[in-house]
Amino acid sequence: MLNISEISKTFNPGTVNAKLVLDKLDLKVEDGEFVTIIGANGAGKSTLFNAISGNFITDSGRIELDGEDITLAPEYVRARKIGRLFQDPMRGTAAGMTIEENLMLAAGRGGWLSHMTKEQRDEFREILSKLNMGLEDRMKQPMGLLSGGQRQAVTLLMATINPPSLLLLDEHTAALDPAAADKVLEITEDVVKKERLTCLMITHNMQSALTLGTRTLMMDHGKIILDVSGKERESMTVQDLLDRFKDIAGRTLDNDRMLLDKDA
Amino acid sequence: MGIGEILPLLQTALELGLISALTVLALYLSYTMLNVCDLSTDGCFTMGATVGAVVAISGHPYLSIPAAMAAGVVSGFIVALLQTKMGVESLLAGIIVNTAWYSINIAIMGNSSLLNMNKTETVFTQLKEILDGTFLGSAYKLIIAAVAVILVVVFLAFFLRTRLGLAIRATGNNPDMVKSSSINPAFTTIVGLCIANAFTALSGCLLAQSQKSVNIDIGSGMVTIALASLLIGQALVSKGGITAKACGAVAGAFVFRLVYTIALRFNLPAYMLKFVSSVIVIIAISGPYFKTRLPLIKRSMGLKRRPDGGSEGNGHA
Repeated sequence: MLNISEISKTFNPGTVNAKLVLDKLDLKVEDGEFVTIIGANGAGKSTLFNAISGNFITDSGRIELDGEDITLAPEYVRARKIGRLFQDPMRGTAAGMTIEENLMLAAGRGGWLSHMTKEQRDEFREILSKLNMGLEDRMKQPMGLLSGGQRQAVTLLMATINPPSLLLLDEHTAALDPAAADKVLEITEDVVKKERLTCLMITHNMQSALTLGTRTLMMDHGKIILDVSGKERESMTVQDLLDRFKDIAGRTLDNDRMLLDKDA
Repeated sequence: MGIGEILPLLQTALELGLISALTVLALYLSYTMLNVCDLSTDGCFTMGATVGAVVAISGHPYLSIPAAMAAGVVSGFIVALLQTKMGVESLLAGIIVNTAWYSINIAIMGNSSLLNMNKTETVFTQLKEILDGTFLGSAYKLIIAAVAVILVVVFLAFFLRTRLGLAIRATGNNPDMVKSSSINPAFTTIVGLCIANAFTALSGCLLAQSQKSVNIDIGSGMVTIALASLLIGQALVSKGGITAKACGAVAGAFVFRLVYTIALRFNLPAYMLKFVSSVIVIIAISGPYFKTRLPLIKRSMGLKRRPDGGSEGNGHA
């Protein structure tokens, strides 16, 4: 369970560029929830993820994961419980190392001086084969030779090879071509369902924000301004979502990559 | 030049090449793998030489080698600490440590900038005695240098495939990915630089003992020489695994020495060594850069050649 209470963050405090990016934000996510997050440019969506994953330490407030206070824990310590995917498929993997070496690092099993065992290699081959991308036969090739979609799929495997308490997906299909995006999204849904992962996903696709997952949040100016789930969400349309935003924020939702169309 | 002249030349190039190959392998770890340009290399090399010499002079020829390597570990640890935990820029950390070691190295040599080991028992003199009279009698330097290089290459081939070794390689490749694998990149940087500098110090120790003297300038310019050798090695072995590339680095060190030895035969003054190494590094780094710029340079030159407004489509361009 993720429990965030009253976290705030100001970038460049004390200067003319001071910007309040998280404003006493509260959020509670139960185990097994799949939450989609939407919002305008600069609403603080990725900033919220950065705060949760420890990319920066918040100015105030408290973050708890599985009952453990991680407010001040460094990023690499939180990574034991938090998996994260970025929009840029290059960010999650080491291009100069082979697929199996990347997976071995992510798996993190064995002592510091242990080598890859045959069992590990077999395990990697098996999970790679489930992607149906033929990567199980390319395990000794450098990651850099893979396409964006393939790299993102492997990054997803790496983030979930030890099922995390929380999976953060930051528009992880936005940089992929439509076919690859669908494929990666399908793999995401499979793994989230199979491992019963708790998951937060930022998306610019209004339709998938409503159809994917169990709960939808809308952010604006560093706050959560809308939080819908259950029956209310089931009956919601993209137009309802836009209307609600206009009612609450007093302006129309504006995001240069926002996909309003159902088919997009 | 007869064969009788060439062989000793080749042997000297091989000896010096193999000894400096240890520093090249250190840079292979820090520069190629960890993506840190460790400018403390010169000072650390000298420190290995001075510590090794002092310990050998005090009557411990075998202990001198681990002692020198331990000094290298300390040196690497301090450089790594400065850049990972104390907010000092990576390049600056190396320069600062390098400067500090100048004083420390003179202190190690007992307030002197020169130590003589003419009558000192070292691993070289010991092996020389053992091999005296056999057909390997003159190859004792070569044997020690080769054994050291082989041990280091074998170690690297083993180490870089362990989980820690993978983490070190990933740190140079994508530090974000290391963090998301729950590994602290500060830790991998520290371990990597400690190991690399142990090899640098070993290199300095063996050079000093093989030439039976240390002076405070023994390591000056070493980082550029080693970098030149490393880049030659990368040109020689551009494909293949990490072990093949490590062997390429060793070959690069040898080729560099060989070219230099030949140049000396053609009356290039000895003091030009460092200039030549600098030029090699510049060519090796700028070459690929200019290659990418070439299309742009070609186009802009083509435009300048047509001042009368000739267009590209008229066939006269």
